[in-house]
Amino acid sequence: MSHVKSLSCRECGSEYAVEPLYVCDFCFGPLEVRYDYDGIARSISRERIAKGPLTMWRYHDLLPVDAATALDMSTGFTPLVRARNLGRLLGLNNLYIKNDSVNPTFSFKDRVVSVASAKALEFEFDTLACASTGNLAGSVSAHGAKAGIKTMVFFPSDLERGKILGAGIYGATLVAVDGTYDQVNRLCSELADNHRWAFVNINMRPFYSEGSKTLAYEVAEQLGWRAPDVCVVPGASGSLFTKIWKGLNELADLGLIDSAHTKMHIAQAKGCSPIVSAYDEDTPHVRPVTPDTIAKSLAIGNPADGFYSIKTIEASGGSAVAAPEEEIVEGIRLLAETEGIFTETAGGVVISGLRALARQGKIKPDDLAVAYITGNGLKTQEVVEEVVDPVFTTPDYDDFMSSLATREERNGKRG
Amino acid sequence: MARIMAKRRVRFTFPQSLITEPLIYNLGRRFEIVTNIRRADVRDNMGWVLLELEGDEDEIVRGLEWMRGAGVRVDPITGDLIEG
Repeated sequence: MSHVKSLSCRECGSEYAVEPLYVCDFCFGPLEVRYDYDGIARSISRERIAKGPLTMWRYHDLLPVDAATALDMSTGFTPLVRARNLGRLLGLNNLYIKNDSVNPTFSFKDRVVSVASAKALEFEFDTLACASTGNLAGSVSAHGAKAGIKTMVFFPSDLERGKILGAGIYGATLVAVDGTYDQVNRLCSELADNHRWAFVNINMRPFYSEGSKTLAYEVAEQLGWRAPDVCVVPGASGSLFTKIWKGLNELADLGLIDSAHTKMHIAQAKGCSPIVSAYDEDTPHVRPVTPDTIAKSLAIGNPADGFYSIKTIEASGGSAVAAPEEEIVEGIRLLAETEGIFTETAGGVVISGLRALARQGKIKPDDLAVAYITGNGLKTQEVVEEVVDPVFTTPDYDDFMSSLATREERNGKRG
Repeated sequence: MARIMAKRRVRFTFPQSLITEPLIYNLGRRFEIVTNIRRADVRDNMGWVLLELEGDEDEIVRGLEWMRGAGVRVDPITGDLIEG
């Protein structure tokens, strides 16, 4: 049995039964899962977690799903890598990379979708769905395949072929909407209101977003049950950012770690940085923007959790940082060339943000800092085409040595 | 033909220049739409209002077009629904 008590409105506190609801009928605020923490405290322990599977489901006591119905695709328990090379370059002595790009569909979305699809099965929905521009579509399609239920993913019709393929391969029904981003939004919310379809990021949202907390639990456990001093997290809707903070606080409240003293920093791409703008203007009210960024997976102009992200920054003593567009690819290459980890544009935003925070002294040299890398570079290959620049040679020893020397001379001049 | 009554929940975001304009009042007068405000925050540099609109589906679409034309941003109450 899960330890969920009810759903409650984050704004007015109105309580609702555990059903596929997502908005408070009274004030239109977002609904959130409420747990019986006393019950959790009685059953959870470090030892019990250690005996669990090496996936995100080792933390099922803190997730809104019955363990029996959990859809285990081996998501989670991804590597936490000590990043000595990158740390040396940035002047950070205790830098770690949480490499979440190695999940089953190569992004952290598998965490949230695992929870949402398990919940959809509990609620006996017959169709799993989402509105997405890439990572989410792939994850929902794979989970639908594993669960053996019908899957539909909606996207604007001008989406890149590679991303459509990444969902289509799992047998999902692909719906290319001939319209703007706003029109896809509207269509999906109407469909969610009128059909028994589980839109993971709409009517399943209160459950879906809880899956992100496992990124806090894992890091704490992998560090030997302690919270990092600093986290740098990519920001789109702000949900991941606020849930990592929630996860750390839950662990502290349950006595599994000493304290959640972590400073939370959110990194957005300059071309879509409404949360950073609100932070810079010292207001919790996030003004919607029209995205114009190469970091498509972070291109959310009207972030659902913008307000709560600012509150998380305030509560934790963190900040918000915008990565200039021209530094995003630089960030991708820097991580690849120092740590051997190939991330997508969202990861480039995080590395660029991390560097800025280190330079500004917001991360101290000895802070235990964790940068979250949430998606795989193979998803956004087009932005790093420039690396396809081989040394051309005939299959002849001397020709190769001479071509190599020419290349090294060219690189030497550049450097 | 029977009229189809619809309800739509939306968020209006007002830029600084429109904060003092009675746009929601005018929306209800110009169009046959019942406006029902649930939550709002109005500051000196921006304002937002969450509300439910009730009326004929086509009339709501026309009303929202008029609001957009006046310079108000119209969004779903949940924020953006598409994720990366």
